[in-house]
Amino acid sequence: MTPHVLTRSLDRSATVFLLIVAGLGVLIPLSNLLLPSGSMFQVPTYLVALFGKYVCYAILALSIDLIWGYCGILSLGHGAFFALGGYAMGMYLMRQIGSRGVYGNPVLPDFMVFLNYPELPWYWYGFDMFWFAALMVLVVPGLLAFCFGWLAFRSRVTGVYLSIITQAMTYALLLAFFRNDFGFGGNNGLTDFKDILGFNVQADGTRAALFILSCLALIVAFLICRAVVTSKLGKVLIAIRDAESRTRFLGYRVESYKLFVFTLSACMAGVAGALYVPQVGIINPGEFAPGNSIEAVIWVAVGGRGTLIGAALGAIVVNYAKTVFTSGPLAPYWLFMLGALFILVTLLLPKGIIGTFNAWYEPWSAKRLNAESAAREDGISEPKPAE
Amino acid sequence: MLTQLTHDIATLSRRRWLAATAGLVLGLAAFTNAKAADDTIKVGVLHSLSGTMAISETTLKDTVLFLIDEQNKKGGILGKKLEAVVVDPASNWPLFAEKARELITKNKVSVVFGCWTSVSRKSVLPVFKELNSILFYPVQYEGEESERNVFYTGAAPNQQAIPAVDYLMKDEKVKRWVLAGTDYVYPRTTNKILEAYLKSKGVKQEDIMINYTPFGHSDWQTIVADIKKFGSAGKKTAVVSTINGDANVPFYKELGNQGIKATDIPVVAFSVGEEELAGIDTKPLLGHLAAWNYFQSIKDPANEKFIKAWQAYTKNPKRVTNDPMEAHVIGFEMWVKAVEKVKSTDADKVIDALPGIEAKNLTGGTSKMLPNHHITKPVFIGEIKANGQFDVVWKTPGLVAGDAWSKELDGSKDLIGDWVGKKCGNYNTKTNKCGGQGS
Amino acid sequence: MSPPSTYSCRGRNVPANFLDRLRAIVLSFFLIAAFAVPALAGPFEDAVAKFANDEFSDTDEAIGLIASSGNALAFPIISALQDGRLSADPESKRVFVTGADGKIVDAATGAAVASLPAGASAVRLNNRLRRAVEAALGSLTLLSPDPAKRIAAAQQVFKSHDEAALPVIDGALAKETNKAAKSAFAEARAAILLYKSDASDAEKLESIAIIKARGDQEALALLTGLGSDAPPLVAQAASSAIAAIQSNLALWSMVQNAWYGLSLGSVLLLAAIGLAITFGVMGVINMAHGEMVMIGAYTTFVVQEVIRTSYPGLFDYSLLMAVPLAFLVAGALGVVIERSIIRFLYGRPLETLLATWGLSLVLQQAVRTAFGPTNREVGNPSWMSGAFELGQITITYNRLWILCFTLAVFAILLAMLRYTALGLEMRAVTQNRRMAASMGIATSRVDALTFGLGSGIAGIAGVALSQIDNVSPNLGQSYIIDSFMVVVFGGVGNLWGTLVGAFTLGIANKFLEPVAGAVLGKIAILVLIILFIQKRPRGLFALKGRAIEA
Repeated sequence: MTPHVLTRSLDRSATVFLLIVAGLGVLIPLSNLLLPSGSMFQVPTYLVALFGKYVCYAILALSIDLIWGYCGILSLGHGAFFALGGYAMGMYLMRQIGSRGVYGNPVLPDFMVFLNYPELPWYWYGFDMFWFAALMVLVVPGLLAFCFGWLAFRSRVTGVYLSIITQAMTYALLLAFFRNDFGFGGNNGLTDFKDILGFNVQADGTRAALFILSCLALIVAFLICRAVVTSKLGKVLIAIRDAESRTRFLGYRVESYKLFVFTLSACMAGVAGALYVPQVGIINPGEFAPGNSIEAVIWVAVGGRGTLIGAALGAIVVNYAKTVFTSGPLAPYWLFMLGALFILVTLLLPKGIIGTFNAWYEPWSAKRLNAESAAREDGISEPKPAE
Repeated sequence: MLTQLTHDIATLSRRRWLAATAGLVLGLAAFTNAKAADDTIKVGVLHSLSGTMAISETTLKDTVLFLIDEQNKKGGILGKKLEAVVVDPASNWPLFAEKARELITKNKVSVVFGCWTSVSRKSVLPVFKELNSILFYPVQYEGEESERNVFYTGAAPNQQAIPAVDYLMKDEKVKRWVLAGTDYVYPRTTNKILEAYLKSKGVKQEDIMINYTPFGHSDWQTIVADIKKFGSAGKKTAVVSTINGDANVPFYKELGNQGIKATDIPVVAFSVGEEELAGIDTKPLLGHLAAWNYFQSIKDPANEKFIKAWQAYTKNPKRVTNDPMEAHVIGFEMWVKAVEKVKSTDADKVIDALPGIEAKNLTGGTSKMLPNHHITKPVFIGEIKANGQFDVVWKTPGLVAGDAWSKELDGSKDLIGDWVGKKCGNYNTKTNKCGGQGS
Repeated sequence: MSPPSTYSCRGRNVPANFLDRLRAIVLSFFLIAAFAVPALAGPFEDAVAKFANDEFSDTDEAIGLIASSGNALAFPIISALQDGRLSADPESKRVFVTGADGKIVDAATGAAVASLPAGASAVRLNNRLRRAVEAALGSLTLLSPDPAKRIAAAQQVFKSHDEAALPVIDGALAKETNKAAKSAFAEARAAILLYKSDASDAEKLESIAIIKARGDQEALALLTGLGSDAPPLVAQAASSAIAAIQSNLALWSMVQNAWYGLSLGSVLLLAAIGLAITFGVMGVINMAHGEMVMIGAYTTFVVQEVIRTSYPGLFDYSLLMAVPLAFLVAGALGVVIERSIIRFLYGRPLETLLATWGLSLVLQQAVRTAFGPTNREVGNPSWMSGAFELGQITITYNRLWILCFTLAVFAILLAMLRYTALGLEMRAVTQNRRMAASMGIATSRVDALTFGLGSGIAGIAGVALSQIDNVSPNLGQSYIIDSFMVVVFGGVGNLWGTLVGAFTLGIANKFLEPVAGAVLGKIAILVLIILFIQKRPRGLFALKGRAIEA
């Protein structure tokens, strides 16, 4: 079964994409660790951390593309799931600090000491164990998405209404996590991490390992997404995206399909957040900001909605552009460039980078592809995003 | 030709894809490592130029650029010119950490001047520790921190909040207190310290009202009405405001409109300076107070010279100066002196040289870097004037030494920071051990 | 109050305590009026010279000495001090009064002076001194011919309940004909008697009744300040009066919450109303809506800046001028945006979201580059400042005007959509674009104008919001989410829904805030909206018909 799913879900571009991710995932850490520092070809540690961050964003973008590109659910609050996963990991990392905090309290994190918490709040229990935290990374975002989706899809909240209430959800969480009484460190969030599974989070080796893990997670997430969208389930999702009522009239329980894919996507976003936190070293309520979620949607649009590869690529391209633009003499003008990029992409490349590339490349190679795919048992062409 | 290229890409074998990827990685690495110029000393500027904090931080970026410019006019340091490296962390906290890493690793800066909010400082802290560099942090903050790689040139709570409360108690005979703040760590900690301090002075619990609002709160009707109500209990009432920048304008507008005058219920603010007042019509605010370590209106030759040069540099004769700017001025001078003393920009040497370095502040005194990496500062209480400036009505007799750890909080009353003798930021004087209260 | 201490000046003891000084001022005025004792020239000049020392304690003394001197110049000097028109030259120790008309006189002699010496600077005040000045001026105006001033002075006495003012109050009360002033004097008298140690219990009980009838916060403050050392009968009456006032005030606080809710609702409505057109009517998710509001606010700033530098007399009309200008600027920008970006994206609402988000970044940064990142000062014209009392609640003029303005904008918009040709065309295009086109409506022109209208109204909202909020590049962002909530809550495509939605959210927020606090209140509102949308997925007033299945 598994090989069948794999071969079905892997077309040529998907294979190429996976190979590139795997290649980068191996080469960047190797170059960082093995080559002498200062060498022309050594990837400095800060770039490893930076790329690690991009990869986490790419996973988030994949999760958004899965629901937006293939099921037509535009979530403007996906950052919330990302942040919740991040907080779950952050809580584990906080508990690992132990008595090395500035106040040296063996149990309470520093912010609880100075806010005079007498003891650890109940919802922090268990986070000293990695397996529990890792479970929570999936369970918390998944549960929230399940409850939210169950309410929303059952009442047939769709389109912009859904987008706006997802925004309300992340905004409400933002305000809640800002509150110091909430027990998650308020505006400062969780920071000053020391160890993960006994390894120093700042050591080059740990960073490289985290990077490899992130690449691995990206590969797995991509495979899951491909498996979903190329399965029969995926076809129903696309049908829902293109004509929800018609699909319902055909006898499909639309809300169950939506709920499944929404929850799956939230779990993926949670994993992305969990990998993101040890690499950037901080999680704070800012991640819940509605602007962040909108930006994540924009990565997908830039890369190409409904292409998966495009989503990952878009996340990396936009964030790389952000890194480049925010430094040096152009720093005061980077918002102009970013803003202009968004406008131009939507106007000139409505299908995103990959979509445009495909549209231009496919007719040209159609002849050859036809010949090749005839040999394959199940060639699904890239779904075209419906408007 | 383009089609040929895509054809090439499409027909690349897997092995060649791998090779291409490797080439891409190495090329990228080579590209990012290529920059190296040793004829200047690089100074990092890590202040948000966009996003919500740009409103406060942009001025500080200009200040550092101005200071570097002035220093270069004097011939730089150690015969080298200074070169500013400006980045924009865009009010995004993880981006602060990323940019700090970039400044230190890629641009090889010798020192960084930056951050405004506590969370941005917390975000970059691990980076500075890991890469062993120096950060000068210019803003008043909640204390409870003393790190080897950070030098705190803004006020600790004992250099701002407590003197202000003392003034109100003695001079205005205030008996009832409203502690109003934005819900984040600085107001929380400051109010906790103040609450403990007020209680130690015999103020009863029912005479203290604490109120927190979200960031950017703009509808103050209910809270101002509550303050008015709280203030009508027959005792002199004052508001101690730790409300964060943006929310202040609507707050003061509401105060003015509801007719709360400074003569009835004075408001003393710790986050409202000349920059913030530049956006408000200050006539209704006449007499409300602010506590800072510097005011533009202070008559001192050094200050007048600085203001003149600053306004010439920014080509704006109305450009105001404020307290965090002065903190950067002091911090910058201290860093220059330390570098000149050890004749090196090596972080370890400069960090060891900095405690004990003295620099003239702009209010006629000489500030000194203390072993806990905080500095000595005078405290001024100013009243808002109709022209948006402050009129100093009270000041501490001498300079106040900044406490890294507050004496009023249970968790930190035994802690001291001492990077000279003990080489420790959280030394416990009870157990004589480094590392907080731990065993 | 600290125990009274005395300063000595040329052998004459001057009470330093503020209450004592007030007493001295009032008494001396009486003495002067009654016996016409000539003022001594020496001490007065000395006292005036003290202003030049630039020490608060000296200024304090000087105020007392001058106010009690009976010199004809006392009133102009002290009122000049209050307005910052009193300046002193520290070298020559001379003090000058700059009149409201710009004429300068020597404060000590009253002689006209051509110009201020170079070293002269305004005499500084702090809050303590400002209170002293207010008190001095207050008691000087108890007998003013202007009833409004008399009432204000009586209020001042009510607050300070200073025994020394009793004879003046009694005298004034007897002569007073103005009804409002008479009751103000009666209240002031009651306040004095309540705190007068040798007043009889009967007098005190009567006073408590008068104060109870007044029934506001200050009455409460006065009664609670009485303390427990009063005679038992009085204390009992006072505590029952306190209870009565408190329950009365609790009722009023409900009214007040409702008013605050209306006012917050009007702000929400104003911010959302433009969005109700671009988003609700046209279906364009305009993330740059907040930036249109910001541009309106900056237009107000520019208008005020021009007025300040060129026509200061017109300042009170600045907002009236800014409204049409803001509409034009934001509206024109809206038309440009529609023509250059939005029109290529019709039918793709989510793409417009991305493009307009990019646009909002560009506009924000453009304003930041042009006007600087810091807040800009937009002043309140006099008719937008201050407040009035309605029963026991304070209604601020700016909030009241914004409410009226919002309703007016709403009414005009509604009328426009209903009764004008453009409105008809807009509705036609919204309901069925192709049909409208085949009826000969230039749909692309209508699109541009509709978007322009929505943006223009956002610009107008900016004018109003500049009166209560920061004028900074971030202004728009703080309203965008709330605006979307209002429109979605009320029901997309229905202006009445937006109206009801805004006021519902505003009032709900203000009733939750005292219970839950500002942050939790807001979270609760958001959760309620989410749950509400589950119940009514198309908002409060859903559009009926086939159009909804888009």
